Amino acid sequence: MIINHPILGPRDSQEFVYLGDAALIDRPDGLAEGALDTFHDYLYLRDNPAGLHRELWYHEQGDRSWLVVTRNTLTHEITQVELARDVARARGRSK
Amino acid sequence: MTQSNRIPGGQIDRSRSLSFTFDGVTYQGHPGDTLASALLANGQRLMGRSFKYHRPRGPISAGSEEPNALVELRGGARREPNTRATVVELFDGLSAESQNRWPSLKFDAMAVNDRLSNFFTAGFYYKTFMWPKAFWEKLYEPIIRRAAGLGSLSREEDPDQYDKGFLHCDLLIIGAGPAGLMAALTAGRAGARVILADEDFRMGGRLNAETHEVGGLTGADWAAQAVAELRSMANVRMMPRTTIIGAMDHGIYAAVERVSDHLPVPLPGKPRQILWRIYSRRAILAGGATERPIAFENNDRPGILLAGSLRAYANRWGVAVGRRVAVFTNNDDGLRTASDLKAKGMEVRVIDARKGEEVVDTAGRLGLSSVTIRSGGRTETFACEALAVSGGWNPNVNIASHHRGRPVWNDTIAAFVPGQGDIPGLEAAGAAAGRFSTRAALETGAAAAEGALADLGRSAPARDLPTAEDGPYAITPKWYVGGGKGRAWIDQQNDVTLKDVKLAHQENYTSVEHLKRYTTLGMATDQGKTGNVLGLAVMASLTGKSIPQTGTTVYRPPYTPVAMGTLAGRSRGQEFKPKRLTPSHKWASEQGAVFVEVGQWLRAQWLPRAGETQWRESVDREVLATRKSVGICDVTTLGKIDIQGTDAGAFLDKVYANTFSTLAVGKCRYGDAARGWHRL
Amino acid sequence: MFGTGRYSGWRVVKEALTGHKGWGPAWRDPEPQAAYDYIIIGGGGHGLATAYYLAKEFRQARIAVLEKGYLGGGNVGRNTTIIRSNYLLDGNEPFYEFSLKLWEGLEQDFNFNAMVSQRGIINLIHTDAQRDAFTRRGNAMILNGADAELLDREQVRAMYPFLNFNNARFPIKGALMQRRGGTVRHDAVAWGYARGADSRGVDLIQNCEVTGIRTEHGRVTGVDTTRGFIGAKKVGVAVAGNSSRVMAHVGMRLPMESHVLQAFVSEGLKPLIDGVMTYGAGHFYVSQSDKGGLVFGGDIDGYNTYAQRGNMPVVEDVAEGGMSLIPMIGRARLLRTWGGIMDMSMDGSPIIDKTDIEGLYFNGGWCYGGFKATPASGWCFAHLLATDRPHETATAYRFDRFRKGLMIDEKGQGAQPNLH
Repeated sequence: MIINHPILGPRDSQEFVYLGDAALIDRPDGLAEGALDTFHDYLYLRDNPAGLHRELWYHEQGDRSWLVVTRNTLTHEITQVELARDVARARGRSK
Repeated sequence: MTQSNRIPGGQIDRSRSLSFTFDGVTYQGHPGDTLASALLANGQRLMGRSFKYHRPRGPISAGSEEPNALVELRGGARREPNTRATVVELFDGLSAESQNRWPSLKFDAMAVNDRLSNFFTAGFYYKTFMWPKAFWEKLYEPIIRRAAGLGSLSREEDPDQYDKGFLHCDLLIIGAGPAGLMAALTAGRAGARVILADEDFRMGGRLNAETHEVGGLTGADWAAQAVAELRSMANVRMMPRTTIIGAMDHGIYAAVERVSDHLPVPLPGKPRQILWRIYSRRAILAGGATERPIAFENNDRPGILLAGSLRAYANRWGVAVGRRVAVFTNNDDGLRTASDLKAKGMEVRVIDARKGEEVVDTAGRLGLSSVTIRSGGRTETFACEALAVSGGWNPNVNIASHHRGRPVWNDTIAAFVPGQGDIPGLEAAGAAAGRFSTRAALETGAAAAEGALADLGRSAPARDLPTAEDGPYAITPKWYVGGGKGRAWIDQQNDVTLKDVKLAHQENYTSVEHLKRYTTLGMATDQGKTGNVLGLAVMASLTGKSIPQTGTTVYRPPYTPVAMGTLAGRSRGQEFKPKRLTPSHKWASEQGAVFVEVGQWLRAQWLPRAGETQWRESVDREVLATRKSVGICDVTTLGKIDIQGTDAGAFLDKVYANTFSTLAVGKCRYGDAARGWHRL
Repeated sequence: MFGTGRYSGWRVVKEALTGHKGWGPAWRDPEPQAAYDYIIIGGGGHGLATAYYLAKEFRQARIAVLEKGYLGGGNVGRNTTIIRSNYLLDGNEPFYEFSLKLWEGLEQDFNFNAMVSQRGIINLIHTDAQRDAFTRRGNAMILNGADAELLDREQVRAMYPFLNFNNARFPIKGALMQRRGGTVRHDAVAWGYARGADSRGVDLIQNCEVTGIRTEHGRVTGVDTTRGFIGAKKVGVAVAGNSSRVMAHVGMRLPMESHVLQAFVSEGLKPLIDGVMTYGAGHFYVSQSDKGGLVFGGDIDGYNTYAQRGNMPVVEDVAEGGMSLIPMIGRARLLRTWGGIMDMSMDGSPIIDKTDIEGLYFNGGWCYGGFKATPASGWCFAHLLATDRPHETATAYRFDRFRKGLMIDEKGQGAQPNLH
């Protein structure tokens, strides 16, 4: 597969390490009410869709950035690649 | 031995002779021959034995689809089992042995299975060998295992080198027949970066095997001219002897280039083969079509070939498989074999299925001697040494279906063609797209290249097509000849016959996948390139479903089998996961350190001193020395995170379960950290 | 019995002499009835085994198996055919040993030769740490009633002299061996269970995709399919690879991701490799089929996918492992690759459990080890469906083990499915 890195351009996916669903960015507050349940769901449950999937890839053999890749799990077509930093900022996760 | 079956013509270099051996007998051939064409030229039709019944077999094809003519090529540690004689480029000193027979190819004791074929029907082994329970592993299975398998490996380390490489292009063209050459000329003249790959050692595809003209030249000469023009273009990479084995994601194709297989041994410093990963922006599948047989009784004898292949042996290699030839066809292309062979002075008789004529049986123990035909209710037997069979042509849809898209049935040509858009960026052209005439191949090749150029934002040159034949194909499907009591082969290598398909139907293994898995149809080394569509068409006729309703099995990479060494490249022996050495490794080695493997790293475990007899003594001494003075530990093997700043300690207090902010400068401390799923 | 009658050597001879006219269909193709007591979704190995044991061992009736494609078309039809019970953890080992014992009598039980062949499996050892780990695992196996032996380098060499003993980057130091491990003809497992279930009255319905699961007041009432609604008192889901898609019909999110595992077969070769071996220094395991093909595999591709196909990096990685372990296979040719979709669970272990919906039961999360589990999985799922209690060897395979911190994590990788 080829991942079109927003800064570096097209790169072979072999340069990357895969983590999984980009929902992992939304780490719940461990001190909030009901944290045990939300943490269980956050850690262990996945949508695992057959279709569009937003997922985290780490460019280990490149610039070591984290990317959010939108990829179709039925066809492997990649429709969007974003810096995870930008995604996290947009979601209020980072400054 | 003389080349008794050599006839004039063809693209072989008669000025030079090559000497080779098959089963210890020495023969002569010429540069440009394959092992199969040279053996046929020497009158040797028998080249192998089938898997189950050990039936005598010769080649049915002249290409990579060959199920029968499998040999063990070369000797010693370079022995290559299951090598298709039809694609082995002849070289001086080549040696090959027949396989899966004992004691000899002509007399094979295992052919007793053929007499017992009534017992060895599809799936018989699922119904027996269960009692007594212990006998399966102790008796039945060892016998079956010894009898099964085809050729043997040498059991020695492969002495050759293999390499891997990466290529990038605007347009990858798979196949260098008329469609592929025309596509390459179109894109090459437009300045696009083109890779043209073909599995054959001579580019031109069917143009090398036909007699009709292209642009006023013979097809082969036109192809040679096109190849010469393409070779002169700096933006075109010509890759003969290169098979595209698979379509991966995002325009990546895997290819195997056979750099040295046409030589006795690779030249010094050269690899035997190279595995390429080709990154393409667009691709054209111009991989041609494969002819399919018709199932009739005893349709598997040496001397019975696919019609286009018999014609190729005559036209390209100057080989007459026999002087008296019968042609059994259900389409006009088969008639070409008849007219070409007649023009070469052979005695030809046509059995046209479209006129109700059919071949009902053949004879000849180690090679065809006669055929029996039925026409207008009368049967007749006549002598001949070769029988050309054409049940029609199947476009080579394999690569286009590697993403599991299913090919689409086309009634006009009674065959599957590639589904549209199954692989993004890939377009089929020529016979691979079901367009069989030379004119159509040139046209669709040019059109596919023009489409690709438009996608790439380049303008195409004005279309300049040479004149070419545009003859009819006119097929009327004919899958099998019914009514007989004998066996009619569908998958020749695995000995799957019409009866087996009927039995699978009777036992309700009617899904095309059940058919395949129960009968082993299409599971041989040719992966059903000649037999699959025939088999599923027979099943369709039994169930009453249409062929497209019946569907195909899944086309999987690789297109043709690939040596494991090629896929591994240089990662073997000491180069497999290369050692990682720490900065202190040299020093530690000099001290006589004992190393331990940690992942790919080697880490010094302890440094024994003279007089120490076991590891504890060394380790105790090192521990005490460290306690009393100082120790040095090279932790290069561990991952590291550099944390800087005034609040580094406070930050680590949040990361670790234990406290780090109290750690003094120059000290170290182990910490407990946890992931979300850990419990402390 | 319906249909085919018993299979035997005598029958093969008799049919051969009488034109094979007496062989009936291996299974019927019934029209779905309006309602069943039990519906099993998924006609793969686990679903068919469940139906078979429900009918045979638990004496249940009115059972249907619904399959969207053809019987045995899931991962039972595309795997590397290995059976073994060489696990470390208490939650796993008794279950897999139960499965191995069922394999040992399976063919006589369902009257179909699935070629269960206990050729022995060895896990090669290349480092001292690996020897420690395999010693521990071997002891755990023995404590659970399985067989295990530690082999030294010379014992391995005596078995497989052609392995790389001369120039290996990771020299072979020994192996953990389970003699009762081996291989089985995978398709025949599906067909044997299918035929056995059909002959006991189970309706096997092919080309029938489940498009919805209906519930009323927290209780399952049946399933919507491409062939209409079919009522059911109990519904068991056994669709590994597609578990998340099917359970999404009832809004359940599962602790798993779907990944592709590729596997490979070479051209047919005369006998070379008698048993099964796994390489301890690379992702590579291999056995040789009765037909002569070397059957081998490696790691999953590592990204979520339902595409049933993989890419080159893993193909090459597997070949590299193979060449470094068995240098003679350089001139053997890879004939075919294929890819199956795995439920990769959060701890690498499966789930056989009830759901929060009454009458809806789940079996999945087999990662890439589901084939060897087929008999026990079917038996234990049938047990749960029939009795509403987990089988004694499958008590740990619960949904709530993640919440309770009772994960069964053989590799210690944590909740990262692509590392299991």
